[in-house]
Amino acid sequence: MEVEALKKKAAEIRRQAIKMVYQAQTGHIGGTLSSIDYLTVLYYEKMHFDAKNPQWPLRDRFILSKGHCVEGYFSILADCGFFPKEELDTFCQFNTRLIGHPDRCVPGVEMNTGSLGHGLSGACGTALACKLDDTNCRIYTLLGDGELAEGSVWEALMFAGNYHLDNLYAAIDRNHLQISGKTEEIMTLEPLQQKCEAFGFATEVIDGNDISSILAALERLEHISGKPKMLLLDTVKGKGVSFMEHAVKWHHGSLTKEQYEQAMMNLAEKESVL
Amino acid sequence: MNTPCRKAFTEKLLELAQKDKTIMAVATDSRGSVTLNDFAQLLPEQFVEVGIAEQNAVGIGSGIASCGKTVFVCSPSPFLSGRSYEQVKIDAVYNQRNVKLVGVSGGVSYGTLGFSHHSLQDISVLRTLPGLTVLVPCDAVQTKALTCYMAETEGPMYMRMGRNAVEQVYSENETFTVGKAKQLCDGTDLTLLAMGELVWPCKEAARLLAREGIYARVLDMFSIKPFDTEAVVNAAKETRRLVTVEEHSILGGLGGAVCEVTAQHYPVPVKVIGAPDGHIVAGESPEVFQYYGWTPQGIADKVKDWISRIH
Repeated sequence: MEVEALKKKAAEIRRQAIKMVYQAQTGHIGGTLSSIDYLTVLYYEKMHFDAKNPQWPLRDRFILSKGHCVEGYFSILADCGFFPKEELDTFCQFNTRLIGHPDRCVPGVEMNTGSLGHGLSGACGTALACKLDDTNCRIYTLLGDGELAEGSVWEALMFAGNYHLDNLYAAIDRNHLQISGKTEEIMTLEPLQQKCEAFGFATEVIDGNDISSILAALERLEHISGKPKMLLLDTVKGKGVSFMEHAVKWHHGSLTKEQYEQAMMNLAEKESVL
Repeated sequence: MNTPCRKAFTEKLLELAQKDKTIMAVATDSRGSVTLNDFAQLLPEQFVEVGIAEQNAVGIGSGIASCGKTVFVCSPSPFLSGRSYEQVKIDAVYNQRNVKLVGVSGGVSYGTLGFSHHSLQDISVLRTLPGLTVLVPCDAVQTKALTCYMAETEGPMYMRMGRNAVEQVYSENETFTVGKAKQLCDGTDLTLLAMGELVWPCKEAARLLAREGIYARVLDMFSIKPFDTEAVVNAAKETRRLVTVEEHSILGGLGGAVCEVTAQHYPVPVKVIGAPDGHIVAGESPEVFQYYGWTPQGIADKVKDWISRIH
């Protein structure tokens, strides 16, 4: 997909995510909006998969470690044909399979997450198995920045470097906010790039809401062998909706009718200038 | 010859893994304590060292299993069941991965090393996880049979073993059905229900009791989950008194499982013998067993005392 088409797709996914959160009157919308550009690049440009055969053994895998930011993920899976789009209307409704976190009963989901600090270990194990089997599969995972306080993340970082998992593409949605406030005021994460490099990762720090930058960074990382990869995605929490951007209160929330209409208008305005 | 269960496990695992290249072992700097050195040396491509990182070991193992492999994550049970509980819950159980969690040095195997190294709550915390098979073998024969079962059967499982050489309870080629208790002898006055290293002492206690005219049925409850409800109900109906014996806290383990069954299906008096809910005396495991009466004579004495008081 061309860059402009990817931008339009990301805008469409944002609108769908907002709609789901509004209908369900619940959802982790801030981190969803910050991560949609990256997910769009993965699913519409980078990853090899077959939506009609989700268990195809040679598929690339994506694990959403920051599992609460599921609205954009479900929207993309439905749009790619893993399950009917109409089902998105059941998000967080009684007896739905589209709960507030990824669940493998949903076609396309590779790993059940929810509690933070689990995805990177799962991705490392999968990456190691793919290497042992001599496949060329790539394993992608997305972590939240607040999630990095979980100790298990650092166990997995150590493992990835030790085993030179160069088929592992980890990314951190570095939107600088978590539920209680600024990440650096809650638990210092910086210097994050140096930390990842010290663990043996090849790293890129980029504007994580810029499709072209994401594409270029992934392209550069793909040429590096012998090291696991880490993208530090500098993003804006709530990206695309003016009143949600940089606002910690939109880590999780429900929208009024007026807020919903304003959010959709915002997104439409931004899309119109693409 | 008496063999430690962990050795029986690793010998069988090596044999199976030599034939089936999809079998993997994950260790947490535990190849010595689990006795996985031969495996690591002979099958390096099927062996993954994670370092002292039990949480990551279960996460990594689950990830490897997602690619169609059968993964044995091997670690001392106090750390495997305690440190990585949430990874067991989410990565192995919730994700329904084909991961076999093998806890060695269970119970008070590390008796002199203190509470941090005791594994006396593992059964109670793990048996409540939906879909996790929980097995506690009592000797080398049973350990080998259950290792084969784990390798052949899809799904997450936990097997707990002790560290010491144990008496052989079963003859070679004995067969076991997961979900079915194994009756070692029959009796009419009470039933002794045991797991793991306390199965053999119960069998011997039944012999001592018989000399005094008390006839005990003995059930090996090696399959904690799935649990043989029918065997427990039948024992309650036919022998009217149940005594559970386990190297585990008296809270929520085998005793708890038996009480859940009897209270709902056929209430009878139950005596729970196990580790107290409090300080555990320091000592090598035979000393600790002796102290708490987890010996043939100790069990027989407790049974006689209890029976005399509930009459």
